[in-house]
Amino acid sequence: MLIADLFFYLFAAICVAAAFMVISARNPVHSVLFLILAFVSSAGLFILLGAEFLAFILIVVYVGAVAVLFLFVVMMLDVDFAELRSGFLTYLPIGAVIGIILLIELVLVLGSWVITPQIASHITTPIPPSNEVSNIEALGLVLYTKYVYFFQAAGVVLLISMIGAIVLTLQHKPGIKRQSVARQVSRTRDESIEIKKVESGKGL
Amino acid sequence: MNEQVSPFASYVIALPEITLVLGAMVLLMLGVFRGRDASEIISWLSIVLLIVVAGLVLFIPATGKVAFDGAFMIDAFSRFMKFLTLVGSAAVIFMSFAYMRHARLVKFEYPILILLASVGMLMMISANDLIALYLGIELQSLALYVLAAFRTDSLRSSEAGLKYFVLGALSSGMLLYGCSLIYGFTGTTGFSGIADGINTVGPNLGIILGLVFFMAGLAFKVSAVPFHMWTPDVYEGAPTPVTAFFATAPKVAAMAMFLRVILSAFPDITHQWQQIVVFISIASMVLGAFAAIGQRDIKRLMAYSSIGHMGFALVGLAAGDATGAQSVIIYLTIYLVMNLGVFACILAMRRSDGMVEEIDELAGLSRNSPMMAFLLAMLFFSLAGIPPLAGFFAKFYVFLAAINAGLYTLAVIGVLSSVVGAYYYLRIIKIMYLDEPAEKFEPMPGTLKIVLGLSGGLVILFFTYPAPLVQAANVAAKSLF
Repeated sequence: MLIADLFFYLFAAICVAAAFMVISARNPVHSVLFLILAFVSSAGLFILLGAEFLAFILIVVYVGAVAVLFLFVVMMLDVDFAELRSGFLTYLPIGAVIGIILLIELVLVLGSWVITPQIASHITTPIPPSNEVSNIEALGLVLYTKYVYFFQAAGVVLLISMIGAIVLTLQHKPGIKRQSVARQVSRTRDESIEIKKVESGKGL
Repeated sequence: MNEQVSPFASYVIALPEITLVLGAMVLLMLGVFRGRDASEIISWLSIVLLIVVAGLVLFIPATGKVAFDGAFMIDAFSRFMKFLTLVGSAAVIFMSFAYMRHARLVKFEYPILILLASVGMLMMISANDLIALYLGIELQSLALYVLAAFRTDSLRSSEAGLKYFVLGALSSGMLLYGCSLIYGFTGTTGFSGIADGINTVGPNLGIILGLVFFMAGLAFKVSAVPFHMWTPDVYEGAPTPVTAFFATAPKVAAMAMFLRVILSAFPDITHQWQQIVVFISIASMVLGAFAAIGQRDIKRLMAYSSIGHMGFALVGLAAGDATGAQSVIIYLTIYLVMNLGVFACILAMRRSDGMVEEIDELAGLSRNSPMMAFLLAMLFFSLAGIPPLAGFFAKFYVFLAAINAGLYTLAVIGVLSSVVGAYYYLRIIKIMYLDEPAEKFEPMPGTLKIVLGLSGGLVILFFTYPAPLVQAANVAAKSLF
């Protein structure tokens, strides 16, 4: 128990510290690297909770894809982060005031709530106890059976985003030379090289 | 009352959606392999596909069946609304040919995106679960964002798409936050389960807070005040056929979804949601009436007009009973028909040097093309709610429902704002009939003539035989309760 507690505090502290560094680091590349650290430590927290599937997803999707994409954007695009941050500082006081008011409201309104115990009997798909069925197995049991409709619909949503990205960015400009691997491979020596005899002393 | 069906029968129930998705994918492949030349053929095939799917929707017996473990449901209501949205989508593709050709926008992705958006709309209408509802919304919205930015060479179109995307993402966030609170406090995402849960635990704070966020997200999707800010800019910036699409089918679908989720998942906290609906309804009607007065651009004017009309439709929802639902269904049907006709005219506002969108360009239309001017005038009279045109009956039914439910203030404010709204519709008619003629428009393309003729005819002659629509709406509304 003690070790689990220690790890919880370790991961939680690293996560909060890394999140703070994300917004305070001067170099945007460092920000992204700290973001990755924050993701990895949250994945550790998920493992402590017994939600190993979420932990894997966090590493695979957020660290593997999203953070790397951020890194690409930061490195490839010439965004002036110093300028963005100067705006951030001028808006900080008003933003902080609004944030604090919202927080107080939420605490006042939501602080006194409890979830009614009867509701437990209403849960349609209860999570099986983790010592009987592992997380991933529990998900696999329902994802392609009970939730097949949602699964397929999500697939169509992804298809639309792909079509959208292509429609909005792909423009067929005339006069652009494109690579055709088939043509490159099918070239023979005869059609590629021409041998010319140059008489000495005359030039071409 | 609602019968659960076996996994296999689920696919039969969802046959229209499955046909539409697979058809869209086949047409997409056709477009990818045949290239730009096939664009117009694909548009025609898309219209055929939409008609086939509409036929399937009518053909599959709809007697309150729940498929996919409660996620998807068909009944008389879904059948009616799906038919309406499919007709709207098909009509918009039909109206787009001439515009797309002139704007050099002929791309095969355009009808495909409309088809996929229609799939999303069908899913929204049939959603019986919060996850299904959200997936339907996203499916539809993503396609609409792309359509708004479809004109990649126009800065305003790109701006419209981006603005719509950012605000749409924000509203989806609110919707999801609401959904998660509702799920957390009722333990389920199915509408009937939520209704049961609320019945057990009573109106607790968490559920109500969730409901508020949820309705904020829904109000964005139907562009009701105070979540309407995107509408005028997006309507103005998007290519005109896309604007016509935004103003018709998605509005009908979003309203149908609003109706179903509110009436079937939250019947025990009617008092709580009624306050919200009454507020957004009044705000939309009043803003729609006053903000449209100063508009010079006809697309912006139609944006404010659609905000106002959504407010009128919400009056029927505020009543919260079968009569109210019936009045919303009638309202949406007539709204769809009127808007298609008006947009057919807007799409015909073309001079030799391109499209015009200023209202003043309509000056003296009665002398240049009397038939178009007459039908457009009738459509605007109908939008203003002047008897004996269809728009009058639409408003009549929603106000009647509000009065039956005892919402007198709402009905009075509605009537007053419809009087204010009549001013700007009548101003356009005055410009068309009394002002000095402006330069003539290019002759109207045949497809637009057909849509305008049908729409104008239906609006003018509705009063002679309203029974079929009223009865169908009655059957559809009954199935919600």
